[in-house]
Amino acid sequence: MRKKPPEERSAAISVVGLGVVRGGRTIISGLDVEVPTGSVVGLLGPSGSGKTTLMRSIVGVQDKVSGTVEVLGLPAGSPALRRRVGYVTQDASVYGDLTVWQNLDYFASLAGVPSRGRKGVVGKAVDDVGLGGHEKQRVGTLSGGEMSRVSLAAALVGDPELLVLDEPTVGLDPVLRRDLWSTFRGLAEGGKSLLVSSHVMDEAVQCHRLLLLRDGALVADVTPERLLAETGAPDAERAFLTLIDEANAAAEEGGDGRTPGAAPEPGPAAPATTASVPEEGTR
Amino acid sequence: MNLTLATAGRVLAQLRADKRTIALIIVLPCLLIGLIAWMFHDTPAVLDRFGPLLVGIFPLIVMFMVTSVATLRERQSGTLERLMTTPIRKGDFVAGYALAFAVLALLQAVVVVSWSVWLGMDVLGPLWLVFVVALLVALLGCTLGLAASALARTEFQAVQMMPAIVFPQLITCGLLMPRDQMPEVLEWLSRVLPLTYAVDAMQHLALGEDWADIQGAVGVIALFTVGAVVLGVLTLRRRTP
Repeated sequence: MRKKPPEERSAAISVVGLGVVRGGRTIISGLDVEVPTGSVVGLLGPSGSGKTTLMRSIVGVQDKVSGTVEVLGLPAGSPALRRRVGYVTQDASVYGDLTVWQNLDYFASLAGVPSRGRKGVVGKAVDDVGLGGHEKQRVGTLSGGEMSRVSLAAALVGDPELLVLDEPTVGLDPVLRRDLWSTFRGLAEGGKSLLVSSHVMDEAVQCHRLLLLRDGALVADVTPERLLAETGAPDAERAFLTLIDEANAAAEEGGDGRTPGAAPEPGPAAPATTASVPEEGTR
Repeated sequence: MNLTLATAGRVLAQLRADKRTIALIIVLPCLLIGLIAWMFHDTPAVLDRFGPLLVGIFPLIVMFMVTSVATLRERQSGTLERLMTTPIRKGDFVAGYALAFAVLALLQAVVVVSWSVWLGMDVLGPLWLVFVVALLVALLGCTLGLAASALARTEFQAVQMMPAIVFPQLITCGLLMPRDQMPEVLEWLSRVLPLTYAVDAMQHLALGEDWADIQGAVGVIALFTVGAVVLGVLTLRRRTP
């Protein structure tokens, strides 16, 4: 399977042979994924490709999981990880009937921030997501984009080593998206690891690495530069479409239509963009 | 423990933001007891006999409804899933809810009992024991609601849990018919349902009996509460499909 470059340090997330069944349907099978420490990794793929399921498996709330999922050196879902991993769901999961401050104060206390230091921690998280001035506002009265930023801030207050973010920039304007992505890169420079799913290809090029998922299997694991170079596409969106089309064609040629599990090994029609791409200096 | 208190504080803050719910919880039982007092104002013995029973039954119904809907809301909004990725233990979650609603239950018990006494309800037994039983029943309703909400997948189901779990108890608890006059099977059924013991304790207090006569019933209510907490913790799942 995937060759691990020897220079790679211990990975923040290491998934080997992951399989997930949801509602009697195999969502993911035989998936191998690695997220290096201190980097922003983008998780891309058509809707229904298993992005959220993979993230839920990583944070340990997904039932019926097979294979090994190691997070920060421990099995996913270990109690010790709950302080070290921050998870932001796709829909804002915060309390609409509380104010921004009350929400963040609660999540900070759950993360173990002592009451004395909490004011500073919450204030910083509010600033990081650009919600200054809204502290006293009830979350239910915020706009959708503001609400999802409260949800993001609720993960930041715990200062986790690994952030798993499911579509954190949906519904945000370009300025906010740019600011959040620079926040993400700043966190990575500070040694944090991030796994971020997204639909917006143009922002995906800001990642150090991209994972392309299709039907619960990995189609590509590349740097954004390589993705553009190898597909010869003018932008990330068309590069993404090229890869997905190639993977679809390969699956059809394979005879059995959809073949989750064929995973990162390059299929006959898929070019060298798949799987083991050498480490390159985006870090 | 800290996380229990943080959770209780958060639930109380949510309740404070919802003034109408608080008003309904406090005012509605008063209104209903007022109706009965008014209806039987020529025969005050009726209020003396049934007042304490109602004071013991309202908290169960109200707290059951409120907690089962509140926890279901938490499941559906995704906040419960998020909590399950944080260091909070399942026991913290259940205890936090129970504690927050116990505060509300205390408020309800004080207001409803005081109001009933002001209307002319004459309890022969010690009044403080009426408070204690009302509070314990409220806690029981709370914890039963927490446990029942695990069985409900939708809001419709959560609301139906009330008639499913509370009504059989109302029918067999001795309010409609003295339990010793019931068919044997129903009397046995009444013995395994907790509301029976609340009504039993209140009946004794109304007749002027003391702690010694109700401690057995109070013990059973406490046991059911502990059982419901355990059930509530066991039915919370960190991993969901």
